[in-house]
Amino acid sequence: MAELVADGTWVEIHSIVLPAEQRAAHIPEDTKRVPLEMRVKGFLVGEAFLGAQVEIVTVAGRRLRGRLAQINPSYDHGFGAPIAELQAIGGEVRALLRQAGAIQ
Amino acid sequence: MIQDLSYSVIMAQRDEIMRTAMGIDYAKYAGGVLAFDYERLLAETGYDVDTASSVQRATAVGNTPLIELHNITELVRTVSAPGNGARIFVKDEAKNPSGSFKDRRASLSVYEAKKRGYPGVVAATSGNYGAAIASQAAKAGLRCIVVQEAFDSRAMAQPEIAEKTRACEAYGAEVIRLSVGPELFYVFLRVLKETGYFNASLYTPYSILGIETLGYEVALQTRQQTGKFPDVVIVTHAGGGNVTGTARGLRRAGAGDSQIISASVDLSGLHMASDRDFNRKSFTTGHTGFSIPFTTWPDRADVPRSAARPLRYIDRFVTVTQGEVFYITEVMAALEGLERGAAGNTSLAAAFAIARELKADQIIVVQETEYTGAGKHPIAQLNLAKQMGIEVRRGDPRENKPGTRIVIPEHPSQLAAVDVDLDQLRRSYLRHAAERIPAGKEWTAQDIEFLAQEIRTTASYVEEILHECSRTTR
Repeated sequence: MAELVADGTWVEIHSIVLPAEQRAAHIPEDTKRVPLEMRVKGFLVGEAFLGAQVEIVTVAGRRLRGRLAQINPSYDHGFGAPIAELQAIGGEVRALLRQAGAIQ
Repeated sequence: MIQDLSYSVIMAQRDEIMRTAMGIDYAKYAGGVLAFDYERLLAETGYDVDTASSVQRATAVGNTPLIELHNITELVRTVSAPGNGARIFVKDEAKNPSGSFKDRRASLSVYEAKKRGYPGVVAATSGNYGAAIASQAAKAGLRCIVVQEAFDSRAMAQPEIAEKTRACEAYGAEVIRLSVGPELFYVFLRVLKETGYFNASLYTPYSILGIETLGYEVALQTRQQTGKFPDVVIVTHAGGGNVTGTARGLRRAGAGDSQIISASVDLSGLHMASDRDFNRKSFTTGHTGFSIPFTTWPDRADVPRSAARPLRYIDRFVTVTQGEVFYITEVMAALEGLERGAAGNTSLAAAFAIARELKADQIIVVQETEYTGAGKHPIAQLNLAKQMGIEVRRGDPRENKPGTRIVIPEHPSQLAAVDVDLDQLRRSYLRHAAERIPAGKEWTAQDIEFLAQEIRTTASYVEEILHECSRTTR
């Protein structure tokens, strides 16, 4: 059930800057096959449903239009699981310095 | 009235938009067919090292510590011939307000934008520079817009760039996130035109003069701590600004004899404008995808003439692999208690290999570190690589293949700095120059002199290569 997003909510809009057929001439084929897309965050102007064409006000005070793509978008980058191929390095180099008498 | 902001209209207005957005009339410095007066362009900004450093002091930029890496030096000596193994120092640029040396590049631009009454600044960058310009703009009370190439056509963000998005937003910048492609420049120009903001490009004279303080500090701190200037300064190399500004600063301090080595991560085979390759790179900067094209033709940047002109300053150019950089990043944390970002450690990986060639009483300075954290960390980058189907394993770093296989060394003796042939780069630069000469025009003596300065060679060498180029193209 679609939820109405309140006026002033922090959101992200999405738009197509250049459709695939209008992309620059000298770019790789895989890039030329897809559109140039844009995503910008700001405060929603008026209330709207996800997917609707909306206006936002960005933190720089600009009014931009696009498709309402995300509500309060997450920062979901992180670290993830430790990497087995890195785990032993610290112990290995400390052992080399101990052998050389540089550390205890 | 509705303005026409279409691709063709905006691109055709490029020069006019740039002039308005920078307040520098580049035409004033032009001469010959292709030449321009580089030194006068920089000098007429009015910033020398002292004025730049006083602007930077006002926002706590610069004066970062120079740290001797005693344990890493000892590790070098365990794998060096007797008597070899230079002392390695690092300039801890992560101590700048936004966590990298890019604060130096941002500081003069923002100061200048404010002085001239621009309401805000715009920068096109997916890297640390975004955080730097946003941080400086926040302090100056200016609006800031950062245009990033941030995600591929599957909406998958590079984790390091996702972290930059977060940092820019934390400093109050509007971040325009784009999918992959060089038409980012169109969006950048459109934003400049729509907003009337200042073009805080990485390649303005302000940006380069802001880095001179780094080279200057490296020279004086090294002399203070060791009694002499560095024998070698290693610089992580991408667009050429870092090596240009650092080398200029060293010269200003009287350390012009220090050898300047630029180091890049080898990403050969991956295309920088490829949607597919975008998330197959573990490094978003400091790699050959930028450094080779910008070294062999600097004027591909987002300003009329780039103030970053690396071939004027580089004495030696080396590459290292992604796996070697991740390895040395782990070593730095484990042996020196310094957890720093991987991209900034590119020059440290090279320094480790080069220190083995040098005598034990010689001094190598690695001139930057950068902050690390979520997204900007070997763990995050290697998890992304594995997700993209890239093989990650321990072994001989010579088996590394960008986009296919990342090989983490098994032993410090495996770290190697692979030389890039500078003569090939000089020839490539001259080929680019030859391609840009308009039909019916001939080189003037001023052009030949300019090109000789650009690639640090003689006028007769330039003429000989240009002659070869014209034979093959006409």
